[in-house]
Amino acid sequence: MPKLTVDGVEIEVPQGATVLQACELAGKEIPRFCYHERLSIAGNCRMCLVEVAPGPPKPQASCALPATEGQAIRTDSEMVKKAREGVMEFLLINHPLDCPICDQGGECDLQDQAMAYGRGMSRYDENKRAVTEKYMGPLIKTVMTRCIHCTRCVRFSEEIAGVDEIGALYRGENMQITTYLEHAAKHEMSANVIDLCPVGALTSRPYAFEARPWELKKTLGIDVSDACGANIRIDSRGREVLRVIPRINDDVNEEWISDKARFQVDGLTRRRLDKPWIRKNGKLVAASWQEAFAAVAKVKPGASVGAVAGDLLDCETMFAAKKLVGALGSSLLEGRQTGMDYDVSSLAAVNFNSTFAGIETADAILIVGSNVRQEAPLVNVRLRKAVKRGAKVFLVGPEWETTFGGEFLGEDLAVLGKLPDHVADALSKAERPAVILGGAALAKGALGAGLALASRFNLVREGWNGFNALHLAAARMGGLMLGFAQKGGLADIVAAKPRLLLSLGADEVDYARFADSIVVYIGHHGDKGAHAADIVLPAAAYTEKAGTYVNTEGRVQFAEKAVFAPGDAREDWTILRALADSLGVSVGFDSFEELRAAMVAEVPALGREGLADYGALPAGGGSAEGTFGYPIKDFYLTNSIARSSPTMQRCSAELLHGEDFAEAAE
Amino acid sequence: MALQDKDRIFTNVYGYQPWNLKAAQARGDWDNTKDLLARGRDAIIEEMKASGLRGRGGAGFPTGMKWSFMPKEPNPSRPGFLVINADESEPGSCKDREIIRHDPHKLIEGALVAGFAMGARAAYIYIRGEYIREAETLFAAVQEAYDAGLVGKNASGSGYDFDVFVHRGAGAYICGEETAMIESLEGKKGQPRLKPPFPAGAGLYGCPTTVNNVESIAVAPTILRRGAAWFSSFGRDNNKGTKLFQISGHVDKPCVVEEEMSIPFRELIERHCGGIRGGWDNLLAVIPGGSSVPLVPAAEILDAPMDFDGLKALGSGLGTAAVIVMDKSTDIVRAISRLSYFYKHESCGQCTPCREGTGWMWRVMERLRTGDAAVEEIDMLQQVTKQVEGHTICALGDAAAWPIQGLIRHFRPELERRIAENVREAAE
Repeated sequence: MPKLTVDGVEIEVPQGATVLQACELAGKEIPRFCYHERLSIAGNCRMCLVEVAPGPPKPQASCALPATEGQAIRTDSEMVKKAREGVMEFLLINHPLDCPICDQGGECDLQDQAMAYGRGMSRYDENKRAVTEKYMGPLIKTVMTRCIHCTRCVRFSEEIAGVDEIGALYRGENMQITTYLEHAAKHEMSANVIDLCPVGALTSRPYAFEARPWELKKTLGIDVSDACGANIRIDSRGREVLRVIPRINDDVNEEWISDKARFQVDGLTRRRLDKPWIRKNGKLVAASWQEAFAAVAKVKPGASVGAVAGDLLDCETMFAAKKLVGALGSSLLEGRQTGMDYDVSSLAAVNFNSTFAGIETADAILIVGSNVRQEAPLVNVRLRKAVKRGAKVFLVGPEWETTFGGEFLGEDLAVLGKLPDHVADALSKAERPAVILGGAALAKGALGAGLALASRFNLVREGWNGFNALHLAAARMGGLMLGFAQKGGLADIVAAKPRLLLSLGADEVDYARFADSIVVYIGHHGDKGAHAADIVLPAAAYTEKAGTYVNTEGRVQFAEKAVFAPGDAREDWTILRALADSLGVSVGFDSFEELRAAMVAEVPALGREGLADYGALPAGGGSAEGTFGYPIKDFYLTNSIARSSPTMQRCSAELLHGEDFAEAAE
Repeated sequence: MALQDKDRIFTNVYGYQPWNLKAAQARGDWDNTKDLLARGRDAIIEEMKASGLRGRGGAGFPTGMKWSFMPKEPNPSRPGFLVINADESEPGSCKDREIIRHDPHKLIEGALVAGFAMGARAAYIYIRGEYIREAETLFAAVQEAYDAGLVGKNASGSGYDFDVFVHRGAGAYICGEETAMIESLEGKKGQPRLKPPFPAGAGLYGCPTTVNNVESIAVAPTILRRGAAWFSSFGRDNNKGTKLFQISGHVDKPCVVEEEMSIPFRELIERHCGGIRGGWDNLLAVIPGGSSVPLVPAAEILDAPMDFDGLKALGSGLGTAAVIVMDKSTDIVRAISRLSYFYKHESCGQCTPCREGTGWMWRVMERLRTGDAAVEEIDMLQQVTKQVEGHTICALGDAAAWPIQGLIRHFRPELERRIAENVREAAE
C-alpha cells in the first residue's frame, strides 16, 4: 500500500494503482480521453498529464505511471495547467466546430473537458483537416473528421470483442481509424464503441439526429433480448423509446450490452398490437376491450385452461397468469416454448452457478451445446477474459467462430461420456473447473450427463460452483421459480387439450398443436403468437411496465417503466386481473403493489435484488448422445421486438446474409 | 594531435578492402572471440563501463551501464534479446551504413560479444528498409559468420548459443525509436510504447531487451581487445573514445571520418573536409548532431569541442555526430522548415501533441519562410514547440521542436525581416 501525496494531501493507494487512480482516490478529477478502466492503457491522448516528483522535470501521463511510495503528485500546478491547455489546443485544432450538428453534443467528453481545461480561444489559422467517412455497418455512424485518435474503439474490438475489426491506418496527422477494408463491424457487441468514443466520431446510426441527451427521460431497465439480464438505461422522449444504453454493473454486463439489446428498441413502435382483436370467420377483426373480454368469457373454460409464457416476460406477468390459471382450477403452466422438458426439481441444476463474474476466474471450461457468442454475448466476453487469464476452453457441438480460441471436441454429445484424456486431465487438475450447458444441450437431454460431469470433476467445492446452465430467454429463470414448467414440458399441456390457452407473448410455440384450444394471446407485437391467436389482447413491452427479471445466474433484478404502452394496450397484469373478473374468479390482488407482495410472499427470493439461493447442486447421472444444432438461427431476429425492428432486420440482411445496401447520399 | 591510423577502429570504413569474412579477419575481426567471451559477463561489462563509451545513437547513455540492466540470472521462459538499431534515418546521419556495407563483421562480432555480456539469446539487427545493398551485405555477412561457426550454436567455440537475425524495416523514421522498433519487430504498427516498463524489463515479445546503436555494438570487440584504457585515452572526461563523424553540407569534401571525441569543430573541418565552402567567413550555422538537434550559429561553433557535453553547453547536442554545415547561401528558414516537414511526415500519429503539433509547426514555418505571417506568430510558434516538447510518448516530439527553437533563438531577426519585407511588398 504505497503512501503518496496528491496536491499536498497524503493518501494511501492500493498496490498496483496508477497515478491517475491515486489522484481519483484523492478526489481530484483528471481529464482523459484514451484511458478507460476496462481497456488496456494506451497513454496517447496526453490529457491526463500531471507533475510527479521524483521524476523527470516534465509532466507525466498519469494513466500509465505506477503509483509508488513517496511520490508527490501535483494536479494543480502551473505546469499541469499549461500542459492540459496545450494538449486540449492540439486536440481542437483539427476538430471541427460542428457541435450544433453533432449527435455527441451534450454528452461529449471533448466538449466538457474543453470547457473545463481549454483556453477558450484558438490560435490555429491554418486549414483544418478533413477525413472521409468510413463505413462501419448499419449500426455505427462515422464522422471521422471528429476523431481524436484515442484508439478506444481499436482496443475494444481487439481486447474485449476479440475480433480485429477496427484499426488505424497511416501515420502522423493522416492517421485514420477504420474497419478492415471498410467492411461493416460484425461483432455482436460492436456498437459499444459508440459509448466508448469520447467524441462524435462514432455515433449511433439508427439514433442519428433523433434527440439531444438533455431532452430524454432516463429510466433504469433490464434488457430482455437474452438471458443475461444486462442493466440498461432506457432513454425516452414522450411515448417513444429512442435509445438504450448500458448501465455499469460489474456483476452482470460490466459496461457493455449486445447490439441487439441496444438497437431492437426501434421495433417497439412497429407492428404493435394497440387494440384487441377477435378472430371472426378465420380473420382477426379489431374489437373493443369489452368485446374481447366477453369473447374470452364465452369460452367458459372451467378448469380446462393452460398458460404458456413467452421469453420476454417479467415475473409479475407470469405470477398474475399463474394466479388466474390457479383460480380457475388448473396448474398447466409452461414457459419452455420449444418443448424442452429437462428436470427442474432443483433449480440449482439449471442455473449459471459460477456467476458471470466468477466464470472469468475459471481455469478449465467445458462448453456443451452453446454458441455463446450469439446466445449470450456478455458471457462470451467473460470467457475471453478467462482465456486471457490462462483458462483452457473445450467445446462440444457444431463449430462456431469463437473469439477466444478453444478446442472443439466433436458434434456428438456422446463425447461427454468419453472425454479425451487431455480434456479430462485439464478439468480434473483445474482449481476452478466449469461446465456450461447451453440450451441446445438441455433440449437434447444432456442435463443428466452434465450433472455426472459435475460429480466426476468435483465442480462444486469450497468457494466455487462450476456447474452452469446458460439459458436463452430472459423469462426462463423467473418462470421456473414461479413453476412455469411441466414434467413433460409443453407436451403435457398439449396432451391436456385445454379449452382455453393463455399465450403470454409466446411467439415460439407451434400453435398447430393447439388446434382445438381457444388461444388468447396477451402480448405486444403482431408476431407468430398473434397470428395463431383467436383473441388478441394488446399488452405492454418490457419498456412499458415495471417488472422483476431473473437472469440465467438466478440474479433477481428490477426494471422500471419508461413509457406508456401505445393505443389501447395495457400492462399485462391489469389484463389478467380484468380477465379474472370476466371469468368470474378472484386472483387476490387489485394493484401492482398487492400483486408484487403476493408474489414475494409465495417466492420470497423474487423480493430481494441479487442472486437467488437454489440450494445445493443435486446429484445426477445419465448419458446423452446425438448431434444437434444451435437454437439461434439469426442472432438479430430472436424475439418479436427484434423481428419488428428495421435496424435488426437490416443487420440480419446485411451482416448475416450478405446483402448489399446502397448508401443514401447524405 | 589527430587520431592516428593505428588507433582507428573502423579500418575499412571507406571500403578500400572487401567486406567479407576473410578480409575482416585479416583486419583483426573475429580474432579469438572465444577468449573475449571467456572473460565472463561481468568482466566484459566492467570493461565497457571503464571505457567510458556512451551510446552512439544520439542520447549518449553509457553503454556498459545499459548492458548491466539486463537480468543476471537466465530465465529460459523469458530469454533476453539484443536489438541492434540499424534503422539509421536521421537526416544527416550515415555512419551505420558505412559500417554495415564495408565492415559488417565488426557489427556481427560486436553483437555476439554484447549479447553474451547481457545474457541475450539472440540479436535482431533492424536495418532501415531503404538500405537495400547494405541489407544484402549484412545478410551475406551473417551467413558467412554462421557458416564459419562464429555465431549460432556454440558460437565461436565458446559454448554459448547465440543467433543473429537481420530484419528489414519498411521505411519509417519512427521505427528507429527503441520501443517502436520492438513493436515493428513483433510485426505490429511501429508506434513507440509507453515507458515504464523499459525494454530491459519487458521489451521484445515481453522479454528483457536491450536496444543499441550499430556503432555502439561495432566498437565493443575492439575496445575489449585494446582495453578500456586505450579507448578512454581519447576525448575529454565523460566524452571518451573515438567516433564516426559524418560531415555533410557546405564543406569542400563531405565525408564520414573516425575521429577522437572532443575534437574542435574547426579542426575537424579543416583536417578532413577541406574547410568551409567559400572560407570560414562564409559559415552561417551548423547542425552538429543530425536533424533533431538545434542549430548552432557560426560564431559559437567554431572552437567548440565536438562531444556530448561541449555541444550541450551550446544548447545543442552531439546526437549521432551528423554534422550538417550550412554556409551563407543557405535559406536557413527554408532548411528548418524542410526539417519540420520531415517530422510532420514521420510522426507516427499515436499521441496528440506530436500528431497535431508537427503539422501545425510545419505550416507556420512555411509561412515564416515566405514572410506571410505576423510577428506575434513567432512567439506563438515558440509556445507551440514548448507545448509539444516533453509532452509526448517518445522523443520525436522533442526532435521536431528543437530545430525550430534553435532557429528562433538564433535567427529571429531573419524571421522578422522576412515578415517586414513581405508586409512592404503587400503594401506596394
